Amino acid sequence: MLAFVVRRLLQAVLVMLSVAFVAFLLFQYVGDPVLQILGQDATPEQVAQVRAELGLDRPFFVQFAVFVWHALHGDFGMSIHQGVPVARLIAERFPATLELALVAAALALLVGIPMGVYAALRRGSFLAQVFMTFSLLGVSLPTFLIGILLILVFSVQLGWLPSFGRGEVVQWGWWSTGLLTAKGWRHLVLPAVTLAIFQLTLIMRLVRAEMLEVLRTDYIKFARARGLSDRAVHFGHALKNTLVPVMTITGLQLGGLIAFAIITETVFQWPGMGLLFIQAVTFADIPVMAAYLCLIALIFVVINLIVDLLYVAVDPRLRLDKGGGH
Amino acid sequence: MKSWWMRWWDSDIGYSFRTSPTAVLAALIALLCGLSALFAPWVAPHNPFDLASLDLGSARLPPAWYPEGAWTYPLGTDDQGRDILSALIYGARISLFVGLTSVALSVLLGVTLGLVAGYLGGWVDALLMRLCDVMLSFPAILIALLIAGVGRALFPNAHETLAFGVLILSITLTGWVQYARTVRGSTLVERQKEYVQAARVIGVAPLRIMRRHVLPNVLGPVLVLATIQVATAIITEATLSFLGVGAPPTSPSLGTLIRIGNDYLFSGEWWITIFPGVMLVLIALSVNLLGDWLRDALNPRLR
Repeated sequence: MLAFVVRRLLQAVLVMLSVAFVAFLLFQYVGDPVLQILGQDATPEQVAQVRAELGLDRPFFVQFAVFVWHALHGDFGMSIHQGVPVARLIAERFPATLELALVAAALALLVGIPMGVYAALRRGSFLAQVFMTFSLLGVSLPTFLIGILLILVFSVQLGWLPSFGRGEVVQWGWWSTGLLTAKGWRHLVLPAVTLAIFQLTLIMRLVRAEMLEVLRTDYIKFARARGLSDRAVHFGHALKNTLVPVMTITGLQLGGLIAFAIITETVFQWPGMGLLFIQAVTFADIPVMAAYLCLIALIFVVINLIVDLLYVAVDPRLRLDKGGGH
Repeated sequence: MKSWWMRWWDSDIGYSFRTSPTAVLAALIALLCGLSALFAPWVAPHNPFDLASLDLGSARLPPAWYPEGAWTYPLGTDDQGRDILSALIYGARISLFVGLTSVALSVLLGVTLGLVAGYLGGWVDALLMRLCDVMLSFPAILIALLIAGVGRALFPNAHETLAFGVLILSITLTGWVQYARTVRGSTLVERQKEYVQAARVIGVAPLRIMRRHVLPNVLGPVLVLATIQVATAIITEATLSFLGVGAPPTSPSLGTLIRIGNDYLFSGEWWITIFPGVMLVLIALSVNLLGDWLRDALNPRLR
């Protein structure tokens, strides 16, 4: 168990280092910082002086180590486009994206699991077929089109819900939250639904397939033979065993949610990290791009790590050490 | 001698195609979209790029079935009086071009690297597969955006051709991983088989073994994957263009059209953005259905 944890931790550190290396290469070699500071007509002496000031004359790996050291302290330099420290920009935008992603994930789970269970238990019923058709649509419609359609129906035609921005936010230290005001919630509905739909259909299809698989196994037949109620069999026995793969996929998808938030945030002008990243890409703002890359990688690696560890905690078969058990 | 077409029609695959209504319908839609895109200058009622033919007097006309609409512009016009139907056909042409080119390039890259990794093994294999693992743990759209961003930083004043180059490159570099992994897997299996060992024993050069002996035997799954990836590539392209880092507004793809039309959603001109969206979904859905059918048809266990 301990060996497993240590190995996973080492792997995680390795992945982070390689992502940091890519970010470092971007930083160092895309768009010459010296030229940006001095302009086109600088003398070789000036160039050499600035290079020394920026530490660019030091050996490659020393520069990389310095970059990692700064990154560990959250220092990614200044945004080229906005002239503000990158760390501050990201700290401003991070709460918006995290709230959006978490609400979308909750929505996908709370709606997707019951729909999947229903589609498996009442297979062939009208409603189950409606669910399956809906899920096919959810998988093949691109995210930005779903967003546009929702805006067209609920904002333009019906006028029920706002279609851009976060509405009213409450400042809580450096964290700004839209979850404490009615207006904030109203602004959250459409973006969260847009972001959730793809994950929702995925979770629904997964739960349905797993449920069908589990319902055919012997221990379910045995539980029925013992005379347990349908309720106990379906939810106490079947669903419980379905949830292990669902947990894995959901964990991995949460990272995907934060990445897909880029598209949703653009459609709804949601002031989160995704919108910041798109602006950075459009204006070729390398420091912001590098910082975003590292942060996303960190989130992915941490989520993967937690999922792997939870997996061991939940599934007793994985807890047995090699050679033990018999 | 029967023609190849007749042979195909009589084969198992042809039979499975004829008896699957979904496959026939999907193929018809895909063919219709493909042909109209290919022959856009002859099919489209107007030329959306001919500035002289644009008439601001007929800007923002609704589709023809509205009382204000006119049958000269069946699906309405945009803010500059451009015919939506023609813009759609030309847009689909650009979307399909970018999608097909990038899939072809990523098949080429992925299959080559997969063959080399699987056949040579050792550190080449380890290095390539680690790279694949890292790339697969991030969503494709994120990697494509990153490459597009780097492209923009490297060539700040890129003209149109270069912009398309960066776009195709970013989709290619996110797509090759899947092929590389599939091909590597089947190459590992093929390499152990007797015909490959025989070829090695009689001294055939490794490159020639890979190309002439192993390659034909690992291409089946690649074909299925490539079909489905065409849909993915078209949607990725549309997403990038929608986000403003894809096809330039001077030669708009479907995604660019949706992006432009999005600004007019609130003034009630829904047709500028919805019709390109419908076209996009039609293409993606029909290609996806074709890919699903092909996967089942080529799977010997399902026959």
